[in-house]
Amino acid sequence: MENTAFVDHEKFFDCVHCGLCLASCPTYVELGTEMDSPRGRIVMLRALQEGHAQLNDEVVGHLDLCLGCRACETACPSGVQYGELIEGARPFIEQHYRRPMLERGKRWLMNKTFPHPWGARLFALFLKVGAALGLARFAHSEAVPATLRYWFGLLPERGSVSSAPLLEHYPAIGEKCHTVGVLSGCVMSAVFGATNQSTVKVLRHNGCEVLIPKAQSCCGALLLHNGDKQTALALAKRNIDVFDQLDLDALIINAAGCGAMMKEYGELFKDDPVYRYKAARLTEKMKDAAEFVGSLELRAPTREVRVKATYHDACHLAHGQGVREQPRALLQAIPGLKLTNLPESDWCCGSAGTYNLTQPEMAARLLERKVGNIQATEADVVATGNPGCLMQIQAGLRQSGLPMKAVHTMDLLALAYEDEPGSGH
Amino acid sequence: MDQQVLDRLYDIVGPDGVVAHKSARSVYDCDGYTLEKAVPEIVVLPHSTEEVAAVVKFLNRERIAFVPRGAGTGLSGGCLPVEAPVMIGTSRLNKIVHIDLLNRYVVAQSGVVNLWVSNAVKEQGLQYAPDPSSQQACTIGGNIAENSGGPHTLKYGVTTNHVLGLEVVLPDGEIVTLGGTVEDVPGYDLRGITIGAEGTFGIVTQAALKLTRQPQAYRTFLAVFESVHHATQTVSGIIASGIVPAALEMMDTLIIQAIEEAFHFGFPTDAGAVLIIEIDGLAASLDPQTERIQAICKHNKAREVRIARDDAERMALWKSRKRAFGAIGRLSPNYCTQDGVVPRTKVPDILQRITEVSEKYQLRIANVFHAGDGNIHPILMYDERNADETRRVVQAGKEILNACVDLGGSLTGEHGIGVEKMGQMPLIFSPEDLMVMTQLRSVFNPDNLCNPNKIIPTPGGCIDVTTPRRQVPL
Ligand SMILES: Cc1cc2nc3c(=O)[nH]c(=O)nc-3n(C[C@H](O)[C@H](O)[C@H](O)COP(=O)(O)OP(=O)(O)OC[C@H]3O[C@@H](n4cnc5c(N)ncnc54)[C@H](O)[C@@H]3O)c2cc1C
Ligand code: SF4
Ligand code: SF4
Repeated sequence: MENTAFVDHEKFFDCVHCGLCLASCPTYVELGTEMDSPRGRIVMLRALQEGHAQLNDEVVGHLDLCLGCRACETACPSGVQYGELIEGARPFIEQHYRRPMLERGKRWLMNKTFPHPWGARLFALFLKVGAALGLARFAHSEAVPATLRYWFGLLPERGSVSSAPLLEHYPAIGEKCHTVGVLSGCVMSAVFGATNQSTVKVLRHNGCEVLIPKAQSCCGALLLHNGDKQTALALAKRNIDVFDQLDLDALIINAAGCGAMMKEYGELFKDDPVYRYKAARLTEKMKDAAEFVGSLELRAPTREVRVKATYHDACHLAHGQGVREQPRALLQAIPGLKLTNLPESDWCCGSAGTYNLTQPEMAARLLERKVGNIQATEADVVATGNPGCLMQIQAGLRQSGLPMKAVHTMDLLALAYEDEPGSGH
Repeated sequence: MDQQVLDRLYDIVGPDGVVAHKSARSVYDCDGYTLEKAVPEIVVLPHSTEEVAAVVKFLNRERIAFVPRGAGTGLSGGCLPVEAPVMIGTSRLNKIVHIDLLNRYVVAQSGVVNLWVSNAVKEQGLQYAPDPSSQQACTIGGNIAENSGGPHTLKYGVTTNHVLGLEVVLPDGEIVTLGGTVEDVPGYDLRGITIGAEGTFGIVTQAALKLTRQPQAYRTFLAVFESVHHATQTVSGIIASGIVPAALEMMDTLIIQAIEEAFHFGFPTDAGAVLIIEIDGLAASLDPQTERIQAICKHNKAREVRIARDDAERMALWKSRKRAFGAIGRLSPNYCTQDGVVPRTKVPDILQRITEVSEKYQLRIANVFHAGDGNIHPILMYDERNADETRRVVQAGKEILNACVDLGGSLTGEHGIGVEKMGQMPLIFSPEDLMVMTQLRSVFNPDNLCNPNKIIPTPGGCIDVTTPRRQVPL
């Protein structure tokens, strides 16, 4: 096998094989196999890079099963940048390894769907139509093939999909203190339009003028994750161009997966003579919605939201961006809301980008674990900061016949602010 | 591996309980001690005590040797398969079976992670006291095999002081219970000798663990010194004063710099040594002790004595300390952690010897250790791509341990002998001692099928590692 370096080789030596990451890795704890642990995967990745290992079904299987949740990075005392190792390997695998036909088809379809507005709309349409037809009902039907059943299970309820378009510009409410851009996101704008509206509302109430340029594109995370680095980079450049020319104090991202990816633009372009500076400059300004609002002197919300809530740490927020306390603090600032602790709150729910589509079995196991933990809290709502988690957890709750709802942190917070007459809020 | 053997193992544990593919089992080639590597021919992951017993019974009948493995965080190569084709992992034995709050014990399977036990009873104000720095990942079975300690060993003792009883699958496949769920079971303490046997007496499948009340209050100090000598004087001073600290940990300049870079706690990177001193107990008892500790530190020329302001700061301090080994990964591609013991008063002497070794072999060595027990952990940094440097590490490690023995100490405080230090056992034990140990092992493990080639060197046949094996291709 040719010896193609897919990541900076020195990065492998950060791993000292201590094993402290093992019990934080969801796939390891579920399966108990070292190949499905961070340490085991690093050994395999290094062997691949050094040309000691063959790219066979076995190795690829264990690497594919990695959620990319980066819980291992939080656990690792040695500062191993596991995310970079595995993300670096994915394009290498796509290039050199031939998956079974069906698998290839599935991946191709996904890569085509998400990054284009029409594709995302098509996806939204699938969700909408599926919901309208009540396909979720068939999620338990034996007549439907297992994979399809799982996909049906993900379908939202009737009427809950919204893709109301956003305006390009919103003025601040009250005294203006900041100018911020918002990434509308492909999945977010297709399926969680309401959450985008909530995010804008919360920002405006906190003195932000909000800009949402139409020319922006998908962040590229799903593509990168599935091994199509080239297209991912092209999308990233477009976003850099669009947002860099605006004079922003911050670029707000309310989908944790997109946020974690975009915060790596700086690193992705560090060797690009043209984009290096722009990317670094923009990366500095990127903030998760809760991270940013949590850093402001919060203008106190006035409306009561009487619910018992709990909070699920989206992997890409907690492990990817280190944002843990801010969303909790924001929830606690809501009058009437009671926040309870969720056991294993930073344990992946199995959504992980398109993971629930490519690895339905493991995704379902992790979801079951998550739902069990949520159920034990007896909360009315579970808040989180990522669309994938929202869909996954909501599906899990519904399948288990639980009345609880999964909502975005920004949705709960928006409820606590007065509607602005005439603005649609 | 013989197809018939494979088939039988599949029958017992099911297809998901066997790791047979070469690429897959290759990742089981070492633990936290990476100087030696060997790939098991097969890894078996049983789901229950009964499956463990069936596997072991079968292997015993076929005369096939096996090695137990927990999380593989061991630092002496204890679970390295040396002439043992089968590895038996406990990762699927990961349930807490029973919690008895009134009688203060937990029954846990051996693959349960140390920290999970304390987490399970945290809300009730209880804890499982042994707290190895690897507690976020290491297993109860591994702790029992190594009789692990931790920073709080000084006051609370090591694993054996907290294990009431064991369920063990003996090397012939018989399931036995040693000890019980109460303290002081009459008769010989078979539980006691099994703890610390490094997996050579059988496979522990379950254990009854004693729970202790969380202390009402803590006080945690960070004392900064210009030199290791002054820090050591302080340690002796505190112990001589009659105070029993919960923990007394020392770190030298190199390690302070590494963890400061990693965790940004605010350690003074120019200090010669720092001590982490912790006292715990009734809140009212802490103030007078605090004054005395501060006075002793001052007397020994402490540059500064900080007290953790709140629980968050205390946790941050401990997190930095407990992750110190790992932080070395940021300074060096590879490291080897040594584990030796010297009488507490000899700490300055051993550190002097370590400095000499460091110069002689041209290696960077950082020191972090349980100063209260004289349990030192020199960390030798190297790059495995440099064969000569790797050889020097092996030599230097040996020399440091020899120095410990010279100073009246011992070869290991808590990481075990494993394969790493087997060759040095004759330094502290006579041939007669070793013979007695072999006889004792024979009572449990007559054919030496369970974790062979560990702890006790076979006369003339001990593996003397001078050139470590290279990474095996997958
Ligand atoms: C960063 C770091 C910090 C550490 N800090 C400490 C510390 O503070 N104190 C300390 O004492 N140790 C420490 N260690 C060493 C190590 O974590 C302990 O020895 C631990 O108890 C090993 O547990 P494990 O589950 O990883 O066992 P493994 O490494 O898998 O195995 C260790 C030994 O136990 C045997 N074994 C495992 N399970 C069983 C079983 N069920 N029945 C019979 N035998 C079994 C194996 O055969 C082997 O001989 C540290 C290690 C690292 C990497
Ligand atoms: S990734 Fe980090 S925690 Fe895991 S084995 Fe490597 S160094 Fe240790
Ligand atoms: S990213 Fe998540 S699933 Fe992958 S190795 Fe790390 S902890 Fe495990």
